[in-house]
Amino acid sequence: MNVGIVSYGAYIPRYRIKIEEIAKVWGDDASSILDGLMIYEKSVPDMDEDTITIAVEAARHAINRAGVDPGRIGAIFTGSESHPYAVKPTSTVVAEAIGATPDLTVADFEFACKAGTAAIQACMGLAESGIVDLGMAIGADVSQGAPGDALEYSAAAGGVAYVIGKENLIAKIESTYSFTTDTPDFWRREGMPYPEHGGRFTGEPGYFKHVTSAATGLMKRMGTKPSDYNYAIFHQPNGKFPTRVAKMLGFSGEQIKPGLVVPRLGNTYSGSCMMGLAATLDIAKPGDRIFMTAFGSGAGSDAFSISVTDRIDEIRNRAPSVEKLLSNPIYMDYATYAKHKGKIKL
Amino acid sequence: MSVPRFWRRLKNLYNLIGTHCKKCGEYYYPPRNMCPKCRRIGQVVPFKFKGIGEVVTFTIVHSAAKDFAKNTPYILAIIKLEEGPHLTSQVICNHNDIHIGMKVKSAFRKLGEESEKGMIYYGTKFVPLADN
Repeated sequence: MNVGIVSYGAYIPRYRIKIEEIAKVWGDDASSILDGLMIYEKSVPDMDEDTITIAVEAARHAINRAGVDPGRIGAIFTGSESHPYAVKPTSTVVAEAIGATPDLTVADFEFACKAGTAAIQACMGLAESGIVDLGMAIGADVSQGAPGDALEYSAAAGGVAYVIGKENLIAKIESTYSFTTDTPDFWRREGMPYPEHGGRFTGEPGYFKHVTSAATGLMKRMGTKPSDYNYAIFHQPNGKFPTRVAKMLGFSGEQIKPGLVVPRLGNTYSGSCMMGLAATLDIAKPGDRIFMTAFGSGAGSDAFSISVTDRIDEIRNRAPSVEKLLSNPIYMDYATYAKHKGKIKL
Repeated sequence: MSVPRFWRRLKNLYNLIGTHCKKCGEYYYPPRNMCPKCRRIGQVVPFKFKGIGEVVTFTIVHSAAKDFAKNTPYILAIIKLEEGPHLTSQVICNHNDIHIGMKVKSAFRKLGEESEKGMIYYGTKFVPLADN
């Protein structure tokens, strides 16, 4: 493949709520939740932030990091399960806000937590075929968790944008492979404010089956093994799943450590795996190889093999790192969190 | 704000696009079709502001109009952009941190919405320059 990452940018709202604060309201045992999920706090959007504002900020960071001319972007795809409009693409606002209009195609993607990586694959096809010069793939969410539901401990906010092209790459995408089935582990019906899920059904037949199948499928096609990679990122609905799946596949704790952002961030859904990749690119050296596998309920997994180029050192510090975005948070109580998330109807 | 009115101002609200008179060097935001100094000999062109400025003065709104009631208390400030124009905008920061002379930068935020089923209005607000 002659295609890869030209630039990337992330955005995380400054507000956080600690797991203990949520557990206190619902009478849950915080320590068992902390042990079970390996999430200590999660990001919360400001009152005037949503998936569109987060996508725009991430896209602007991606444009600024590599000094990309927005006029060269021929496609923008935004993956999310919390698009503010049911009909009116998030990507139209992003395109206008970064100055990429009008000579481009845009669309919104939805595939639970892997809509952003599906957008990367679509951009890869358009860029490598020469239909567009550059494509932008975004994964962004202000994910929903019903009050008192287990998802409320993890559903967070954040977004990441990747500019995909064929020249001036900071990372080459060596190959990608997907594994998809009809598995009803998690869903949200039209017009419903919160998703439903199959509880533990989301684990083995959902997450683990699809992530391991996509990961082993890609490594088999490429003839690679876990030790060929410096770093690995797996979808992070919590801290436990990616840690366990990495071990199942033969990756070490050291390989997944830089990209495991979920303990301090929560699950940013469409931004989850892509945020882990951004955090890894923040510290990767030229020549490093990165393995990434996203997962989206419903269900499917996208696996990628990525090789970092010399250019990473030139542009890395021109936009905020994920570590910088995670620093200096503002903590809130549950009542303020409920107001920010629109759980209180005025 | 009506949908047509928002749509007409959309580029200005999203990207701080105003105008610049090449004849006298003056910058305008919101944009002007004619330079009030140079009149008919002015050469007015679109100009995208960097989005960096400082707080000239501010107030904290506790009793707001209906559409902004759920956001109270919020900071409303007059910002002087680096290029010269002054504009009114919300500043998103800790209320203890806001002060005259504070350096700020633009951020993309929701400005409001018609209703739960209506149009959402996006545009520029300001955050401290030191923010992430």
